[in-house]
Amino acid sequence: MTAEISSTLTKYIAEKILKQPSRKLVAHEPIISSGLIDSFSLVDLALFVEDSFGVRLDDSELNATTFDSIAQLTKLIQSRQVK
Amino acid sequence: MTTFSEKLAQLLKQSPERMCVTLQQSGQADIQITYSALLGGAQGFADALKKEGILPGEVVILILQHGEALIYSYFGAIIHGSIPSIMPFLTEKLSPDRYRADLSALIAVTRPAAIVTYAEFENEIRGALREDDSVRAVIVTENVTPQIVDLSSWSGLQRNPQDIVLLQHSSGTTGLQKGVALSHQAVFNQLDSYAQVLFLSEQDVIVSWLPLYHDMGLIAGFLLPILYGVHLILISAFDWVRAPYRLLQSVSEYKGTLTWLPNFAYNFCAQKIRDRQLEGVDLSSWRAIINCSEPVRWESHQVFYDKFKSYALREDALHTSYAMAENVFAVTQSVLAGLPKVEEIEREAFMVDRVAREVISGPAMKVMSSGRPLPNVQIKVLDDKGQEVAERKIGEIALKSDCMLTGYYNRPDATNEAFLDGWYLTGDYGYLSEGEIFVCGRKKDMIIVGGKNVYPQDLEALTYEVPGVHAGRSVAFGLFDDEQGTEEVVIIAEVDSDEEAEQQKIADLIRQHVTKNSAIALRHVKVVGPKWIVKTSSGKTARSANREKYLQEIEKDSHP
Repeated sequence: MTAEISSTLTKYIAEKILKQPSRKLVAHEPIISSGLIDSFSLVDLALFVEDSFGVRLDDSELNATTFDSIAQLTKLIQSRQVK
Repeated sequence: MTTFSEKLAQLLKQSPERMCVTLQQSGQADIQITYSALLGGAQGFADALKKEGILPGEVVILILQHGEALIYSYFGAIIHGSIPSIMPFLTEKLSPDRYRADLSALIAVTRPAAIVTYAEFENEIRGALREDDSVRAVIVTENVTPQIVDLSSWSGLQRNPQDIVLLQHSSGTTGLQKGVALSHQAVFNQLDSYAQVLFLSEQDVIVSWLPLYHDMGLIAGFLLPILYGVHLILISAFDWVRAPYRLLQSVSEYKGTLTWLPNFAYNFCAQKIRDRQLEGVDLSSWRAIINCSEPVRWESHQVFYDKFKSYALREDALHTSYAMAENVFAVTQSVLAGLPKVEEIEREAFMVDRVAREVISGPAMKVMSSGRPLPNVQIKVLDDKGQEVAERKIGEIALKSDCMLTGYYNRPDATNEAFLDGWYLTGDYGYLSEGEIFVCGRKKDMIIVGGKNVYPQDLEALTYEVPGVHAGRSVAFGLFDDEQGTEEVVIIAEVDSDEEAEQQKIADLIRQHVTKNSAIALRHVKVVGPKWIVKTSSGKTARSANREKYLQEIEKDSHP
């Protein structure tokens, strides 16, 4: 399950946000604080997470303190799916 | 003629309990600020400035985020008679070292007497100060509380209309060194004229998410409403970019009538808002949404209208303006009755003959009017030799008005350069047709990303700092993205290696380094092997030649 969420996110970020389909992303690599995902794309990521996993991210959660890597975002999604 | 302090004293006397600003912040209840609360908050800061011995006429830099402290300290500086200037706050993306360097550069040119910031940021600021610089006080907002208004203490009431009231810095590394200094008189000349064209009244409600360090946010989305007794709903830019639907919800909730937006925001809202976020939203009160500060696109208005027409958005609410900090703000405004004019002109005649000929057949391009000059503004279009050109001929836009900048602060050299025989040279290309201006290009090699001005040479210089990239072997340019409705930044860097893994590694480093040092997000970073970059004698031609080459390669890749 973890691997599935994580690979779906990785694929989406590389293809749609970075527009570099061949770009490899490591699970613990910082994605927000590093500037890899800019603030204009955060809302896309939130909408993608909602559409794909049925999990809502509030706009106040779209920052590096709440999640800054694919691993952290995966964990956040899983914790909300359980509920 | 009047001054800011006189006007504020008058508003306070007339209607102390009138609603002035509604401050919205994600996850918090709205904060309602009346004129009496605004000036009480401002009094606290004015007292603090006085206590620190800051004199009227001295510059005070505000380094604060969206919030009450920013609003109160701004007007605190005004009523004390000092000159406020807002510097963007450090974001998590930008490296603290770069921020400190930018701040030092700003201090060196502007020579502020005081800086206002938060307690948690105080050490950061002090770290950027030097013993021999101009800053005598760092005022921490947590130590300042609202006070009872005492007009007799307002040194601002002794200012003259021709004194400088504020400084406005355009964004970008280069921009920080050029603060646009505006007088009370210039600001009121602009606002009186603009208010007339907008049919502004106290029944209006302005809704804005624009940052206050930018002229569009500061003038249209802050000073205009506050100084003219119009209720302002102020959303934070930080919240808006993460939840663009907040803008429409606020318009509906507070019956907003006027909003200013950069072009990309129309596409952003249309693409990134879901219908479920708009339940019950009614946009029928919105009488003018004014597109400004980036090239205006008819297509962007269309997608916005299509998306929101079922929420009672009026098509004739979509308007345009051409504005710049040097003229305080608006130069032109589309006529509020009706839609901005859209023309289809011949592409080839535009490129080759530099004339806007209405198309009969063949490839066309759509251009949207930015409207007519304000009553106090004159416009003309000049050729390379500074001669006025005929109607519909493309040239550089020049303007003259009674609301021009006093000068670039402490930069008489830059001020002199900007004018030709009393006309301000905008650096924008455009043409006039039946009294309306159509803006279509730039003389200066500048990229506008999401309303922010970026100089390619700044980005190239940053690229050279990345190990593996040699000086002179990088180009940065903007590429207009139709879907986003704005330009995106492309950087190409040449390295010695032809190996893909190595090139990918350097591309990542460039992306990281440039973002951390400019807060600009790069959409495309392309690292190439030796001899890829086309070399020419000037930076500007090199950028356009490499841009062409890049576009051809993309074209080839997508149609192999």
